[in-house]
Amino acid sequence: MEDVDNILLQLQQRFSDTAFYRQQTVDGILTVWVPKTALVPVIRVLKTELAFLMLYDLSAIDERDRARKDNSLIDDFTVLYHLFSFRNNQFIRLKVALDGDYPSLASICSLFRNANWYEREVYDMFGIRFEGHPHLQRILMPMSWEGHPLRKEHPARATEMGPFRLWDEKQDREQEALRFKPEDWGMKSQSDDADYMFLNIGPQHPGTHGVLRIVLQLDGEDIVDAVPEIGFHHRGAEKMGERQSWHTYIPYTDRIDYLGGVMNNLAYLLAVEKLAGIEVPDRVKVIRVMLCELFRINSHLVWFGTFAQDLGQLSPVFYMFTDREKIFDIIEAICGGRMHPSWFRIGGVAQDLPDGWHKLVRDFIDYFPKQLATYNKMVIRNSLFKARTRGIGIYTREEAFEWGVTGPGLRACGCDWDFRKKRPYSGYEMFDFDIPTAQEGDCFARSLVRVEEMRQSLRIVEQCLNNMPSGDYKADHPLTTPPIKKYTMQDIETLITHFLNVSWGPVIPAGEAMSCIEATKGANSYYLVSDGNTAPYRVRIRTPSFPHMQMVPYISRGYTVADLLSILGSVDYVLADIDR
Amino acid sequence: MTSAQHIWIVLGILFVLLNIAAGLIWVERRLLALFQDRLGPNRAGPLGILIVLADTLKLFFKEDWIPPFADRWVFILSPAIVVGAVLMSFVIIPFAPGIVVADLNIGLLFFLAMSSLAVYSIVLGGWASNNKYALLGALRGASQMIAYEVFMGLSLMGVVMMTGSMRMADIVNAQKEAWFILTQPLGAIIFFIAGIAETHRLPFDIPEAESELIAGYHAEYSGMKFGMFFIGEYLGITLISAMMVTVFFGGWLGPAFLPAWGWFFVKTFLFIGLFILLRASLPRPRYDQLIGYGWKLMLPLVLANLLITGAVLLLLKN
Repeated sequence: MEDVDNILLQLQQRFSDTAFYRQQTVDGILTVWVPKTALVPVIRVLKTELAFLMLYDLSAIDERDRARKDNSLIDDFTVLYHLFSFRNNQFIRLKVALDGDYPSLASICSLFRNANWYEREVYDMFGIRFEGHPHLQRILMPMSWEGHPLRKEHPARATEMGPFRLWDEKQDREQEALRFKPEDWGMKSQSDDADYMFLNIGPQHPGTHGVLRIVLQLDGEDIVDAVPEIGFHHRGAEKMGERQSWHTYIPYTDRIDYLGGVMNNLAYLLAVEKLAGIEVPDRVKVIRVMLCELFRINSHLVWFGTFAQDLGQLSPVFYMFTDREKIFDIIEAICGGRMHPSWFRIGGVAQDLPDGWHKLVRDFIDYFPKQLATYNKMVIRNSLFKARTRGIGIYTREEAFEWGVTGPGLRACGCDWDFRKKRPYSGYEMFDFDIPTAQEGDCFARSLVRVEEMRQSLRIVEQCLNNMPSGDYKADHPLTTPPIKKYTMQDIETLITHFLNVSWGPVIPAGEAMSCIEATKGANSYYLVSDGNTAPYRVRIRTPSFPHMQMVPYISRGYTVADLLSILGSVDYVLADIDR
Repeated sequence: MTSAQHIWIVLGILFVLLNIAAGLIWVERRLLALFQDRLGPNRAGPLGILIVLADTLKLFFKEDWIPPFADRWVFILSPAIVVGAVLMSFVIIPFAPGIVVADLNIGLLFFLAMSSLAVYSIVLGGWASNNKYALLGALRGASQMIAYEVFMGLSLMGVVMMTGSMRMADIVNAQKEAWFILTQPLGAIIFFIAGIAETHRLPFDIPEAESELIAGYHAEYSGMKFGMFFIGEYLGITLISAMMVTVFFGGWLGPAFLPAWGWFFVKTFLFIGLFILLRASLPRPRYDQLIGYGWKLMLPLVLANLLITGAVLLLLKN
């Protein structure tokens, strides 16, 4: 699929005196170990000469507890860079081995603007320092936190940390840490001729859609700078992954992008299935696609209604939530759950589709397009809506690449990139649908794209309905969880496997794999490292909302407070998706 | 009219108005619910109408909290200003022939003067709260009011030119042949738009803009002080509706099967309903856009309206 060797060859020609080591991974992504000193030049060449324009993800692994180090390059820590090339439709994974307890590494902030938050996150989670980073401080954990949570020696559960105590000095210290000093946030408190006003939006504010804090530096009502503070919703989902079995982690994924429901399961399971080498039956693929697309419509409906409400239109959200209920009725009939059904399983789905699902889905397909047309008239074609969204929060395609923007936000600035089409997974290549795009890259364009996406999703659901393949709802594979029970009562070997898979959970072969799906908000990936155990060694969740939020200050400077709400609404983030 | 009768009229009007303002809590919530496919308050009393009582009781019994950082006396004063100013405006409204508190010969001017006073409550309330959101709300409120007051007055002048009087009763009586909505449609539309801005209701609720400024100028208010802003807003809606009816829709005039005051209330309620419908349907413009509409679109339009009215009147006279 990919012109993998060519890239590596070019790198080797360009850096003849550097030793690159290529690692084979089951996901087929070109994985290259780069010496620490050569990292920045290599990334620069990849970006400027080899068209890897997007820093897709940046993370790290604490390798010190790893049971099986499959190559000699692995040291105490590994820092991972995922770059993506839109021109070649290709990922490249760079790995840098670091030794020592608190190692450091050169920052790549000067190469990719979105590296800033990613490096802060790695620092926060692992204590790895990035030399040359402009503002290296904690991002998800409180400033006064001790330790770095994703290090293996950091306790994973509250019960391992001893009882919580808040003595007076500690309380004073914590309260002092909360005091707002503009300088700590990288802002000046006055310009040459005036004092700025600092407006604290959130963590509790009706316009932020969750616990997000944005500190605005205002000159009148004009935004000079905006600094988001995230982490209020941080639950340590990546750390939990290291304590859960491969199977029991599924419900945690639902709660990452909590509007995406089972779509999160899919991203996780695609990576697990790559590791386990499971090929799922067609029926499973289509069932999964159908539910994912229903959730996509759902998520976009929430966005649509709340966006209109942010702009002061009170009614649409009620109509849209009513329609969302109709989808939930279908999801509930199929999965038993509503927002977080946790219904996909390793190698399949939890149950077969219930009798009568046809009718539910058919009714919805007949009902929804008319509603969507009404909403279009009510919201999108409203001239006040246009006045509030046109020309606001503009970014270009190049800026989108630079900041790691994916999903509808990228398609709204003229890039017809949809991972469902370009790198099909779970059988999306079998479906017939269009990729809606818009050119302007403003709030209005993003709205148009999302509305059209709902129509396309409905088309996909209809194709699922008309062409649902027959067959099993689980793959016939020893690692399918819960396992198929057909022979357990006849054959002792099968019984043992079944028993182990149910009690311990499956043991996934050592290796690493990354999935990449087009989630509701953009590209969502799970990068999983297995060291051949019943739990992942490292779970890295790349969520779309994180880079999108990072971009908000950049696209809101110079606009007013009211515009900030349009921008936040049109970016469509979920706080749980940012913080994980 | 004896002075005892007069006192009864004043008390009666006050009683009716305050009840309407309170009743609008229920009307608005039920109507919004109707427009939004939901039920609305339907538990207390028949059709949920006792929600009015429950809400009022709640407001009365809530702790009357004054933030320690607020400017105490101004903070207390400002909710009273809005209610006072709006109630004073009702003085000149003739609900039926003879049922009016003061039949001033400068009725319209008095109305404009009083409604200008109401802006002080926003500015002072926002200022005294010593809260950044409230301050932003007050700033927005002040600039919005200044922009919209100008052509609110001008939009009524067409009617004054045609009637030759600012006395409200004269204006109503001048509509026996034809309501002024027929001869002054532009004036009526512009007055209504200005009225929405004046009462800062959605789509022009920019000083409070829930999703941006949380509650804007009254963010720090609670209990009955908040209740006063609330009542002030509903009284304002009633006032603008009553003015629309009086000036453009023939006031108490109507076929004889309803009494004069009956016609007045029916028409007024239609406009109140329109206010609520607008709230349910329109998004809010940005405040610079709103002020832009005011100065760049509404003001020229209303001036053109005045010129044309004057020209036509002169033509007819000759």
